[in-house]
Amino acid sequence: MHIVVCIKQVPDSAQIRVHPVTNTIMRQGVPTIINPYDLFAIEEALALRDKLGGEVTVLTMGPPSAEDSLRKALSFGVNRAVLLTDRFFAGADTLATTYALATAIRKIAEVYGAADIVFTGKQTIDGDTAQVGPGIAKRIGLLQLTYVSKIVSVDPESRSIEVERRSEGGVQVLRSRLPCLVTMLEGTNEIRRGSLDDALSAARATLVKWSAKDAGVEDIAKCGLRGSPTIVKKVFAPTARAKKADVIDFGTQAPAQAFVDELFKRQPNLEAELAALTRGY
Amino acid sequence: MSETPKTPAPAASGRASTKKELPEHFKGYKHVWVFVEQERGQAHSVSWELLGAGRKLADKLGVELAAVVLGPDNEATRAITGEAFCYGADLAYVVPDPVLTDYRNEAYTKAMTDLVNTYKPEILLLGATTLGRDLAGAVATTLLTGLTADCTELDVDADGSLAATRPTFGGSLLCTIYTLNYRPQMATVRPRVMPMPPRVEKPAGRVIEHKLDLAEADVITKILAFVPDRDSAKSNLAYANVVVAGGLGLGSPENFQLVRQLAGVLGAEYGCSRPLVQKGWVTSDRQIGQTGKTIRPKLYIAAGISGAIQHRVGVEGADYIVAINTDKNAPIFDFAHLAIVTDAIALLPALTEAFRNRLSPHSRDRLAS
Repeated sequence: MHIVVCIKQVPDSAQIRVHPVTNTIMRQGVPTIINPYDLFAIEEALALRDKLGGEVTVLTMGPPSAEDSLRKALSFGVNRAVLLTDRFFAGADTLATTYALATAIRKIAEVYGAADIVFTGKQTIDGDTAQVGPGIAKRIGLLQLTYVSKIVSVDPESRSIEVERRSEGGVQVLRSRLPCLVTMLEGTNEIRRGSLDDALSAARATLVKWSAKDAGVEDIAKCGLRGSPTIVKKVFAPTARAKKADVIDFGTQAPAQAFVDELFKRQPNLEAELAALTRGY
Repeated sequence: MSETPKTPAPAASGRASTKKELPEHFKGYKHVWVFVEQERGQAHSVSWELLGAGRKLADKLGVELAAVVLGPDNEATRAITGEAFCYGADLAYVVPDPVLTDYRNEAYTKAMTDLVNTYKPEILLLGATTLGRDLAGAVATTLLTGLTADCTELDVDADGSLAATRPTFGGSLLCTIYTLNYRPQMATVRPRVMPMPPRVEKPAGRVIEHKLDLAEADVITKILAFVPDRDSAKSNLAYANVVVAGGLGLGSPENFQLVRQLAGVLGAEYGCSRPLVQKGWVTSDRQIGQTGKTIRPKLYIAAGISGAIQHRVGVEGADYIVAINTDKNAPIFDFAHLAIVTDAIALLPALTEAFRNRLSPHSRDRLAS
């Protein structure tokens, strides 16, 4: 089995701050992490490799600093890490991103063997689009299995795969075929700690670094900003509501009781509605 | 979002600003389409919300609004098509085929891309559900066009370009995105973000049936089973009339039960802000905000939630927002209606008790007499 996992290095969004005056993102000092949803993909790939044998290759597109995330992935025990980095990739939207990643996955197939499964997380925490996984699948012609909550079985001989997939109102049990693309749902496993050996070798390992040309990109116009059909025209902070919240001054009253009185005084219909809702309690 | 940035009229921000003509082969792309999502004979209500949003775009552009219905050739599909007219569609494109009985990416992507390539819409809207996102990403890549996910506001500017606004940078800012030189312009919108339009009883309008050239034998992925969620496991958060939610101000996972207790007394659903899910205090199906659920309750009580944009876009559709927070400068007070500057941990138990007394049958009798 050869499994490719696509990951993204993202700013730790819990720590992003917006400049109060200029409304711009203050990037300085914001730590970067592996997109948390991708950890489920990495672990699932490693678990499958442990069971069926083979190799796991991790791939990311990003600035040279994305090396940090690849070394982290190596410390979990993946076999190889590929960094796709080139100024031509800058400013890519999801369509241009899938072009670059799909091209690199084809190159990985040439050099290290064809991928039986490509994994991604269900989405990233900075873009939140969930579009890149399906996009890669369509570009390479892989069967697409998104929001997978469990890999029931993989049979490399018959090339079949059975998964449970989260859908609206329930779980679909699907049988499909390799090669396929799987996006893993969160909470489906827990990323391993990685061995001491892996941690030590991760720091020293040589990463595979590819430019657009190295990866076999034939048409630079399909990459980065130029290759992106969507254009971000405006970034702005939402304007405050004209009227801010009324702050209740409780005076000497018991605040909870005073609050309930105040709420129902302002919203007289609510009391009847709440009473109807709680009937039978 | 009811009170979002009415940004300066986007007149000059679309095509006009690029001084480029739309490529010739896209000039024939016209009309607004909404994908009507159905599973097991039930239409997802996000489809009607999208027809409401699509109606406004179509009227502004002076074009038609079409519903796209994919499904088995049966009564349910026909009934759903009929409903689409009641929610504002002028016409419907229907692909009735047994291959489309249950959602599978291969078959649905082919049906949708065939329709787009045949009838050429300028705008295509889908719900940002697990089904809609799976389909939209595949369709946009197949058509090599732009797709903007999880929009919170849709508009068309003076020259007819779709202006799709969504939160960005982890929900700390908003951005407006255009797909200027490709068609269709695609966007997804999450359930409950757009208001439900009124349903008006109407006879079915024009229905254009399209044949799907795909045999079951050619679809590789097979559905072995469908396991519906247990009722107890389903949260009705998105559609609840009253919601109580907690944030980091609760201080510890144990204190989250204070939120659940108040919700219990109010007959409400409970939820939380994103940090509590990331910390593992609460399961992700309870998350309210851009990456969680969007809610439109009559009453929303936010306890110890600061109100980052990520959270704000998920709750702005609430009729009445009450905020409890120790920080009088917390952004939540910018969009709440009623505020209490105090420690939620101390107030919540007393509030639960006060509501319990007020809403108990005994006090209701007293009220009636």
